[in-house]
This record gives sequence, C-alpha cells and structure tokens, in this order.
Amino acid sequence: MKHEVNSKEVVFLTALHWVTVSPFLLAILIPIIYKYTKRIHTGWFVLPLPLILFIFLISNLPDISNGDVMHYSMPWVPSLGINFDVYLDGLSMLFALLITGIGTLVILYSIYYLSKNSEKLNQFYVYILMFMGAMLGVVMSDNLIVLYVFWEVTSVSSSLLISYWYQREKSIQGALKSMYITVFGGLSMLGGFSLIYVMAGSFSIREIIANVDLVTTSSLFVPAMLLILLGAFTKSAQFPFHIWLPDAMEAPTPVSAYLHSATMVKAGIYLIARLTPVFGGSPEWFWIVSVAGLVTLLWGSVSAVRQKDLKSILAFSTISQLGLIVTLLGIGSAAIYFDGVPDELYYTAIMAAVFHLINHATFKGSLFMTAGIIDHETGTRDIRKLGGLMTIMPITFTISLVGLLSMAGIPPFNGFLSKELFFTGTLNVMNYEMIDLSTWGIIFPVVAVIASIFTFLYCAILFFKTFTGKFKPENYDVKVHEAPVGMLISPAILGALVIIFGLFPNILSYTIIHPVMTSILPNITEQIEVNFSLWHGFNTELFMTFIVIAVGALLYVLMKKWSQTQFYLNERDPFNNLYDHGYNGLIKGSQAITRVQMTGLLRDYFVYMYTFIILLAGYTMFRSDAFAVDTVNVSEISPYMWALSVVFILATLAVPFINNRITVIVVVGVIGFMMALFFVQFRATDLALTQLLIESVQVVLFMLVFMHLPKLKKEVFKPGFSLVNMGISIAVGAFVTIMALSAFAMGSEAGFDTIAEYFIANSKELAGGYNIVNVVLVDFRGLDTLLEILVLAIAALGVVSLIKLRFTGREDV
Amino acid sequence: MEILISIIIGVLFTVGTYMLLMRSLLRVVIGTMFLSHGAHLLLLTMAGLQRGGPPLLGFDAEAYADPLPQAMVLTAIVISFGVTSLILVLAYRTYKVHKTDDLNQLRGSKDE
Amino acid sequence: MKQLKTNNVMLHTLVRIVSFVVLAFSIYLFFAGHNNPGGGFIGGLMTAAAFVLLYLSFNMKTLKKALPFNFDLLIGGGLLIAFLTGVTSMLFGFPFLTQFFEYVQIPFMGEVELTTALPFDLGVYLVVLGAALTIILTIAEDDK
Repeated sequence: MKHEVNSKEVVFLTALHWVTVSPFLLAILIPIIYKYTKRIHTGWFVLPLPLILFIFLISNLPDISNGDVMHYSMPWVPSLGINFDVYLDGLSMLFALLITGIGTLVILYSIYYLSKNSEKLNQFYVYILMFMGAMLGVVMSDNLIVLYVFWEVTSVSSSLLISYWYQREKSIQGALKSMYITVFGGLSMLGGFSLIYVMAGSFSIREIIANVDLVTTSSLFVPAMLLILLGAFTKSAQFPFHIWLPDAMEAPTPVSAYLHSATMVKAGIYLIARLTPVFGGSPEWFWIVSVAGLVTLLWGSVSAVRQKDLKSILAFSTISQLGLIVTLLGIGSAAIYFDGVPDELYYTAIMAAVFHLINHATFKGSLFMTAGIIDHETGTRDIRKLGGLMTIMPITFTISLVGLLSMAGIPPFNGFLSKELFFTGTLNVMNYEMIDLSTWGIIFPVVAVIASIFTFLYCAILFFKTFTGKFKPENYDVKVHEAPVGMLISPAILGALVIIFGLFPNILSYTIIHPVMTSILPNITEQIEVNFSLWHGFNTELFMTFIVIAVGALLYVLMKKWSQTQFYLNERDPFNNLYDHGYNGLIKGSQAITRVQMTGLLRDYFVYMYTFIILLAGYTMFRSDAFAVDTVNVSEISPYMWALSVVFILATLAVPFINNRITVIVVVGVIGFMMALFFVQFRATDLALTQLLIESVQVVLFMLVFMHLPKLKKEVFKPGFSLVNMGISIAVGAFVTIMALSAFAMGSEAGFDTIAEYFIANSKELAGGYNIVNVVLVDFRGLDTLLEILVLAIAALGVVSLIKLRFTGREDV
Repeated sequence: MEILISIIIGVLFTVGTYMLLMRSLLRVVIGTMFLSHGAHLLLLTMAGLQRGGPPLLGFDAEAYADPLPQAMVLTAIVISFGVTSLILVLAYRTYKVHKTDDLNQLRGSKDE
Repeated sequence: MKQLKTNNVMLHTLVRIVSFVVLAFSIYLFFAGHNNPGGGFIGGLMTAAAFVLLYLSFNMKTLKKALPFNFDLLIGGGLLIAFLTGVTSMLFGFPFLTQFFEYVQIPFMGEVELTTALPFDLGVYLVVLGAALTIILTIAEDDK
C-alpha cells in the first residue's frame, strides 16, 4: 500500500532533518542556560523540545498510516556514497514516537527526581539531549554509515549517563562495561555494513532492499549477517552480551527508564526489524535470531527471580522481554522465507513483536518510574527491606499494580494481549514447513511457557515484597511518604496507556502497527490484517496462560523453601565472571607484553623494528619473486671509481671502531666529501655542490657539539648482544643491496618510461630554465620544495628551542 | 657500476644500522647520517647511473641523466642536514641535562 | 668555543678576502641556478658557509657586527616570500605555485630572462641560509 514516496534531494536541512539535529543544538545551549538560570530547574527548558517533536511527528502520522513514506536526502560525503538521508516510514515513525514521547515523560519526571540544588543538571541534560538526537538519527537515517555514527553516539551518551554519579566506583565500572560491550558490537556492525556495501554497492537501506538479490546471492551474506547481528545483540542486551544492562542500573532512574528499557536497548531490535527485508529470507537468520531471543528470554526471566534489588529485577526483566521481541522477529522472518504465501501463520509473530514493543515501553517505563519513586522516597531498593508500602504510597501502588499485571500477562491489560499473540506465534512455528520443525518446533512454545512462568513469578515477588506485608520504619533512613504530584504524572500517563491499549488495542492496529509491518515485510503487505481482541475463545493460548498463572502462583507460595537455595542466594550472573576474567586477562596480558617490550632501551626498539621490517619486506619480495640482478645494462666502472669505492668502504667500516672524537669527525667528513665525488661521477652537478657545502657546514657543527661531549668509549656489549647486532646489521645491509639490485634490474627490464622525459622535454618551453634539476625544484615540483623548506625551518626552530628555552623547575628531558 | 654502488649502499646500511644499535648517543647520530647517505645513493642507483650528460640543457648531449631523482636527493640532502642537526643538538642537550651519553643509563625508570 | 687569544693576522687577512669571494660566488650561484648548477639551496648553503668561516676565524661579536639582525627573521621572511609567490599566481586564476617567465629588454643589460621562479628561489635561499646559520650559531652561543 505504498502510495507515493516524498523523495527529494535537498541542500538545506528539512523539517525532518531538524528533528534529528535540534536536540544537539539545544544540548550546546544547555550549559549557557544552566549558568544564567540557576533558580529554575534546567529540565523545564528541555521539556518543550521532545514535546514539540512528538506533536510534529504525530501530525505526520496520518500520512504514514496511509502508507506514505517521507524521504529527504542531503549530500554529506557524496564521493563515498554517504548522504545524510532522513527517511520516515512506519518503523521509523514508531521508534521516533517512542523516543520523543517517552522522552517528554522522562524529562518531566527527572525535573522532580533530580534536585536542582545538588545535581549537575547541565551535564545530565546535555547527555540526555545528545542521546535523544542520536537515537532519532539512528531510527531516521537511511544511510548505514550515518546510522552507525549515530549508533555510536548513543553508546557514548549511554556510558556518560551511567557514570553520571561518577564518584561511585560501581557507576564507572557499569559505564565501562556497557561501553566495551556495545562499542565492540558497534565496530563489528560497521564491518557488516562495509560487507553489505561490497555486495550491494550502496549504503542506502532502501537501495539495498531494492537490490536484495545482490546480497542474498553473495558469499559474504552470512559473514555480514553475523557481524551485524553482533551489533544488534550487544546493543539489545541479548544473551550472552546481556551482562552490561544490569550494571547500567547505576544510572539515575530516569535514564534507566528512558535509555535502558524504552529506547536505546531497542535500537538493536530496530536494526533487526529494519534489515529483516534484507536477511529475513534465510534459514540462518531465522535460527540465529529466534534462538538467541529464546535463550535470552529464558535466561533473563530466570535471573530476574534471583535479584533482590528493584531495578535489577526490572533490568533482567527488560533483558527477557527484549529476548521475547527478538524471538518474535526471528520467527516472523519466515514470512519472507515463504515468499508469496501471505499467511497469517507467519506474520502473526511480527505483529506480536511490534505490539509488544509498544506495550513493553508503556508498562516497563511506568514500572521503572515507580521503582525510582520508591527509591527516592524510601532511600532503598532492596526488596528484603521494603514492604507494606501499599497504604503509605497508594498512587504509586496503583500504578505499579497496573504495570505488573500487564507484565505478568493478566487480562485485560495490554501485556496480556501481546503475550497471547506471542504464544500464537510460537505455536505457529510447529506448523512451519521447514526442516524438522514439526518436532523441534515444540521447543518454542515450551520455552515460552516456562519463561512466562518465571515472568509471572518475579512480577509477584516485585508486588508482594514491596507493597504488602508489614511496614518496618526502622529499615529506612528517611520518613516515607507519597511522592510529589509532578513525579507521579509521567508514570500515571504510562499506566493509563497500559489500560487504554489493553481495552482498545485496535486504535493502534492501522494507525501504526500496520505501517510498521509494511516496513518489515515489504513483499506481502496487501493482505495483512491487524486485529486484536481480548477474547479468542477457549484455545491453546488461553490454556497456556492458565498454566502460567497456576504454576507461577504455586512457585511464589513455595518461595520460602527455594529462597534458601544457592540459586536464590547467589544472585550474580555467572557470565559476569567470564567478562571479569577476560577483562583482567586483557589488562594483565598487555602489561606483560609492555614489560617485555618497553625496555626503555633504544637498541631494543631498533632491533624489533628492523627484525620486523626485514621479515615482512623479505617475505613480500620472496612471495612475489622479486629478486633479479641485471648484469647487462650496467654502466662501466672507471679505475678511478674502483679506487674511490674501496677507500669509501674501508672508511665506512672503520667508523664504528674509532674511539677518538676528532678522528671520527674527520672520517665522517671524508665520507661525506667522497659522497660528493660519487655525485660528480653520476653526472649530478647540483648534488655534488650541495653535498660539498652541507658537509663543510656539518663538520663545523660536529666540532662545536663534540667539544662539549664526553670522550667516546670502546663499547662493551653483553655476550650475545654483539652477535645479534652484527647479524641484524648485515641482514639490513644485504636486504637493501638486494632491493637496490632488483629494483634496478626490474626497472630496466620492464622498460618503463621515466616521467623524467617530460621534465627534460618541457623544461625550456614551460619554465624557461636550462638546469632541469633546478626547474624541477622551483617550478614543476614547487610545492614539494615549499614544504621542504618548511621542514628545514621547523628543524632550525627545534634547535633554537632546545638550546634557548630552558624548562623551569626540575628538568626531566 | 650499479652493482658496485648497490654493494656500497649495503655497506652504508650495515654500518649505519650497527651504529644505531650502539650505546653511545653520538654513534647513533652518525648512524643516522650513514643511513641517509645510503638512501641518497639508493634513489640515484634505482634510476640507473651515468646515462647521458648532466641534466643541463645548456650542456649539449644526446641524452641527459634522470633529473627527477637528482632533484629528490637534493631536497633529501638538505632535509637530512636539518634532521641530523636536530638529533645532534638533542643528544647535546641530553648530555647537558643527564651528564651521560650512554643509552643504557638513559633508559627510564621501570615503572614507565 | 674558546676564543683564540693569539693575534692571527695571517688568518684574519686571508679570511676577510676569502669570505667575500665566497659570498660573491654564492650570489652568482644563486642567480645562475635556473640555467646552470646552483640555485637557492646551493647559494644559501654557500652564503652560510662564508659566514661560518667568518665566525670560525674571528668570533661571535664580529659576526654579529657583520650581520646585525636575527637569523630567525630570514627563515620567516623566506617562507613568506616563497608562499606569496605561489599565492600570486592564484590571484590571476592559475593553480597555486604556477610559475611564469618572460624575456625582456633592459637597457645596458640586453635581453634578460625574468621568471617568477626567481623570487620563489629567493625564498628557498633565505630559509636555507637562515636555518643553517641559526643551527650553527645557536649551538656556538651556548657556552653555559
């Protein structure tokens, strides 16, 4: 149902560009605003921006719902095919709405959460705005490289926000961990994008999808897919890269609600959804994505049960829900695999994924905010200390209840609807006509049910441990009371949405979900029906829900028994040990290498470099069989030359063994003058003159310096050193000789025309000079000469500053 | 002659490298000088030697020696003068400050 | 360097003459450069050699009297001249550092070739001279 594409190439930023750019501009202004308006909370100045963007996007929603697509292109690095293209279709629209919508609520919430007196608000809002702009850039750019740049900016701003309270050791560790993992993924993703460019010849996602055959038939298909999935999985905290997300909970709660549950961690999901049209048709994609999601789903939900910290439970819950969405996207990709069979069997999963994405943002956002309220008002997030808050914080309690019921999948809230759809999707897998799916397919619904049981269980733990039971005032340092109204607005709005989407899910179906599915499954769009209802009759899905509720409730009742086991007491995720070992190993390893290699001795560094150069260059020459000696085309050697050469070689060989300073200078000077004689023999008059003069000046220089320096000593080496030095020196000499011989022989053999012919022919006509060398210097290659005298000038200034400028205080040169 | 010069280049590089690996700073400086000598000869040799007269059009000859390597080497000579001077002065200052020119004694502390 | 206390009349007389011959020759080499061996590099180096000779046989004071300005200025000035030569061609719409030449008749001197390469070479000359002198004389002055 794609009608027309508003595609236009523009030179200036369009309104759509401004959506991405404006947060960055405001971020620049924030420090100034903060400085001059200390009395007003900086958040009030930030709040209008996401609100305006949200309204702007909503006003464009009807067009998107009709299947229109907005696309504006602005050249950035056109020579490399990199354009700042903004592209707004259903999928981008959904994410952009989430980013701006949740962003508005989070900023409103943060105004009450962060005190304007004690917090560094300027930094906080700069980072948040940076993130917002980057995230909008990720979801709205059509160009993969631009997407990558924004992607990394989200990683950086996320790290900065996690380490916002940088005085805490744990904040810094969490920030580093998230940085390492997501940037590692980002880099491999960049590799994947490059491979895509190699295959499809374009960085534009639209063009790649249009030429998808180029990608699917290429041998680079699987490597590119794996690399890109690595990026998506690290960002979306998929197993086993999920370990950074719980540690990211050190960030202030508004950040956790915004970045680490609603938006940034969904960037990976966005990428998977966005590239489903490219990779979706392959069995590899189906298996990797759905199995990774399934494992994450299970692991996250089981781990969440073990946590004692409110935000940790929510973090693992987020991991598991992200896994759920990824699973659904993986299962749904089969719709492309079975091309031309537009069957509900296949696309239900995608529908469930999109729907759950929206639902998760609403209920998890509100839950994070209420957790933040509890933390803010009681001073603790430990469920072993909390209890009985139902009567003290009634509004917070109500909002949490709605969110938790939705997360547990209980009707009539939106979580129930998407969970039912999720069950349908997993059940459908058994009917897929793929290899062995009739037997292996059973795993999908079974895991889904087990994970849902644990989901129900941790929801129950969250609820009962926090709000019921006996209130113990001695557990808190502060007097506990209900939060201020301003703090409750945002979670209340999200809670209301949970109910509205639960009762009237079809307001979403054709406004946003259908356009999103059009983006994910471009080939089978016409027949997709999007319809949700609370009641499906007594079917398998309902039966599964009953099992979930029954077993989950039973497990909660039995909690006293299993809470004494190691499973519950040892809450740390075992994969953290893997990370810790790897991290420490890396540091120890690099320290060990540094200790061995960085001896502080010039000689050792030279030995490394020379050995490496000889091996590398020698190997290259050996491989390309570049050895040759030309004995035919050589010019004759006069007796005079023989004599000169013998003296030259003897003088050179003597230099290392002379221990008298004056003698060394004289011999070195003589060698220099003999160089001038060589140049005369080579018909290079200018060179001979230059060498002669340089040598004269240099001898004076040496004399001046040597007067101040100590006498030369006979060098005594450690045994073995001398031999190594000798060996390396001879190897270098031999290598250079062979290279010179081969270069000469190959050059005359290949019969290249030297570019010198041009200079010889044109020196007189074009430059009016007879001395070709000089003409080359001042005319043909004038720029080289200009830069060369610049180097000389720098060297002279270096000498002056070394001699004339003295460091004050302790001199440590 | 190219073969002879190639061997001379090899000798220059051998001695230059050997001196770079020695302990006295001054010998290291001289080593760099030898390396630049060797590099200059290498550039000229690769283009072939003694083909025709000097590259002066006023000089009546059938062919002229390749002017391009000559121009390159000319700049290289001047630059290596600048670089050698800089290293020499660096060595000089190092000695003035640390009272030694022995590289074994000049290595930093272990923690660096 | 320690100053020679003895009165070297022979040396001084000779160096006075020789250094001026060398200076004159260096100027010749500089101008001859476009058509014969020579040019900015060689001219500059030879001029520097003449001054170094002066310094060696007399002392710093005498040299400063002969050259009563800072050598750093030579480097900067030379770079500027060479750069401006390049920029000038840009003013007329040619690429940076395009050089021109013309044969003109000048009274008493006959036909003379004038090229824009000459000011560029002058820049090279000044930088080389300045750099060589700066390097040598900075070290020479450092008696601390």
